[in-house]
Amino acid sequence: MCLGVPAKIIRITDKLSGKAVAETDGVRREVSLAMLLLDNQQANELVGRWVLLHVGFAMAVINEEEATQSLRLLREMSDD
Amino acid sequence: MTNSFSELTFNTRAFRNPDIVTSLVKQINQLADGVAESLGRPVQIMEVCGGHTHAIFHSGIDQLLNENIEFIHGPGCPVCVLPAQAIDKATWVAQQADTILATFGDVLRVPGAKGSLQQIQAQGADIRILYSPLDVTQLAFDNPTKKIVFFAIGFDTTMPSIALTIQSAKQQHIQNLKFLCYHIRLMPTLTTLLDTGEAELDGFIGPGHVSIVLGSECYQPIAAKYHKPLVIAGFEPIDVLQALHMLLLQLSQQRCEIENAYSRVVSKQGNVLVQQTMNEVFKNSELNWRGLGNVANSVGSLQPEYAQFDGSLVAPQSSPCECDDSKYCADVLIGKRKPNQCPLFGRSCTPESPLGALMVSSEGACAAYYKYKQIPFNESQPEYSEDA
Amino acid sequence: MRDNEVITLAHGAGGRASAQLIDNIFVEAFGAQDEAALQDSAVLDLPTLTAFGNRLAFTTDSFVVSPLIFPGGDIGKLAVCGTVNDLAVSGAVPMYLSAGFILEEGLPISVLRTAVQTMAKTAREAQVRIITGDTKVVAKGQVDQLFINTSGVGVIPAQININSTLADGGDVVLVNGFIGDHGAAVMLARQELGLEASMASDCAPLNGLIADLLQHCPDIRVMRDATRGGVGTVLHEIAHASNVTISLDEKSLPIRPQTQAICDLLGMDPLFFANEGLAVFLVPKSQADKALAVLRDNQYGRHACQIGQVVKTEQSLLYINTNFNSKRMIELPYGIQLPRIC
Repeated sequence: MCLGVPAKIIRITDKLSGKAVAETDGVRREVSLAMLLLDNQQANELVGRWVLLHVGFAMAVINEEEATQSLRLLREMSDD
Repeated sequence: MTNSFSELTFNTRAFRNPDIVTSLVKQINQLADGVAESLGRPVQIMEVCGGHTHAIFHSGIDQLLNENIEFIHGPGCPVCVLPAQAIDKATWVAQQADTILATFGDVLRVPGAKGSLQQIQAQGADIRILYSPLDVTQLAFDNPTKKIVFFAIGFDTTMPSIALTIQSAKQQHIQNLKFLCYHIRLMPTLTTLLDTGEAELDGFIGPGHVSIVLGSECYQPIAAKYHKPLVIAGFEPIDVLQALHMLLLQLSQQRCEIENAYSRVVSKQGNVLVQQTMNEVFKNSELNWRGLGNVANSVGSLQPEYAQFDGSLVAPQSSPCECDDSKYCADVLIGKRKPNQCPLFGRSCTPESPLGALMVSSEGACAAYYKYKQIPFNESQPEYSEDA
Repeated sequence: MRDNEVITLAHGAGGRASAQLIDNIFVEAFGAQDEAALQDSAVLDLPTLTAFGNRLAFTTDSFVVSPLIFPGGDIGKLAVCGTVNDLAVSGAVPMYLSAGFILEEGLPISVLRTAVQTMAKTAREAQVRIITGDTKVVAKGQVDQLFINTSGVGVIPAQININSTLADGGDVVLVNGFIGDHGAAVMLARQELGLEASMASDCAPLNGLIADLLQHCPDIRVMRDATRGGVGTVLHEIAHASNVTISLDEKSLPIRPQTQAICDLLGMDPLFFANEGLAVFLVPKSQADKALAVLRDNQYGRHACQIGQVVKTEQSLLYINTNFNSKRMIELPYGIQLPRIC
């Protein structure tokens, strides 16, 4: 029901209001980090991280370890 | 051509790996056979979210699964359940002098009593399509002599972005901006659906992006009170299949739990402070949704502290209109009837002239069926081969 | 006539201002024509035409684009390429164009001059001549800055027979480049959705490329330029006109990562993005390799590839073979694609 696309935080543009530039496959857009900052994440530490974008808001930081892990398990399962 | 592809660490495409898809499909089909045998009928799984309906048809994974699995398409399409009176209100607003109606592209073609927003736009109304509510603040700054009204829709996923935008507008003392909000809350909708008990359901694929906000724990009543298993899924083919696999495992082991197959973004508790923000800005009220009828606490409307931003107060209060959709829309929405079991489907109701919103939204079950499933292959005719 | 001037209603009134505009902008760019060009009609010698073939192709198209200038082109380049390509995919050698301009009062002269100069430059590249034209000026608000109409005539050589009804079982479907570049580039240039990427329109005259192709693969029967409605729409029309089933291979569709990312963000389908230098070719399988080699040899065909094939006759369908061995029907969208959040 809600389009969400993974994008990487490239740089912070306004620390105060929590704005940043995010990029996915060469497409950039200004996004809001407000939801993540509310969740006690630090803006500077988000640079370089992958987030899930919905309507220009970073909804969550993607847990890359979790993603790799679940893919690895699925791959092992499919090799059996 | 700039391309950051090479430096990708996280890659969504990995969740489209055909080998893993094939392997999951095989295991799912085996499990489904067993579960269907014990049920004496095919397994009925509801994907609550329209995004999953779209993902299933787009990747065609429904064609790979055997006849022992049936998808029931759920109500998780905010456009499909939007009452006609919401469109009528937005239409009224858009027709006022010196007014710009900003909104998401999804609602433009939804029919209201006086036509769709697209038709009103053709008659001269200033309607802007935005990608993000972030842009509406700028629109208000750029047009100080205009009244800007943001017509906002969406489930709990979209609500926080609107709530944060309204809070920021208040902090910045923006005077020429209002919000006409029709946010539908997932949990009341889902429990109402289960209370009607119309559809025979064995389990749910839970919405991935709503769950980022609400957390996986919020679904516990689905398992505890309604005894249905639910697995939260992402939107790539492997995400959906993995959730389906986990659901079937539960059914075959006669477990009934809330599980999370989208743990790369969904946590147990969700984003608690964002939930608080939503509650500061929105209060829950009752609304008569298309197909679902009156659902208590299902719509987020603005709290009194934010009344100055409440666009619903400027529009005339219309009495809830008689639902102009056919009764079949309701049946499809709650999973009682498949789109192609509606006598109007593909005849008087098509994407060109939709009778109900399910045929408008690309997430709507009817539009998805029309787009992906309506035309039968002429199987009797062999495909052309080089020896032919 | 200085570049800081703007168009006024006087420029369309037929008096001295009109004459100045014609001399300073149009004649300067399109070159001194013979006397006939500035008369009420351009007059063409028939033998010049019949030397090229035995049938005349005649087409017209109007160009409205916002913004007028975008990465990879502008409205002037578009106005020449659009009509040249319409002629070329009909199998014709494009020869002459007309150009009609509708100008909004207040349009900067510099904008008009740039558009007209690119038209002239593109026409030279495509080896066509702009031989007749017209200009109208309308009051502010009656058009959006500048609209251009071009019509074109070309000659079809006797042995060439191109028609959308002629697709047949076993034909392969080729395109000469990336899908959706123009639609993506113009959408970004409009800056309405806050998205940025380095993307350029594919706007280009394809008559040279098509001439090469027809010379080496004269059996090609179906060619279409995939403009406004995109590759999806023209393939739909071909499937319908020829009553055949066309299947596309998802993994072989040439779509730039940026275009796909825009589509993912906005919930759109690149198959229905506009292209202005991309054509679809249906080629008998036996000539597919040769056709691809010829296309790739041309600057506008370096990324040419096969995207699908005609799999059946006597049933008109268009679908994609997904990477998972399932089929996805491709239905025409109702109108323009709107960005969505759901």
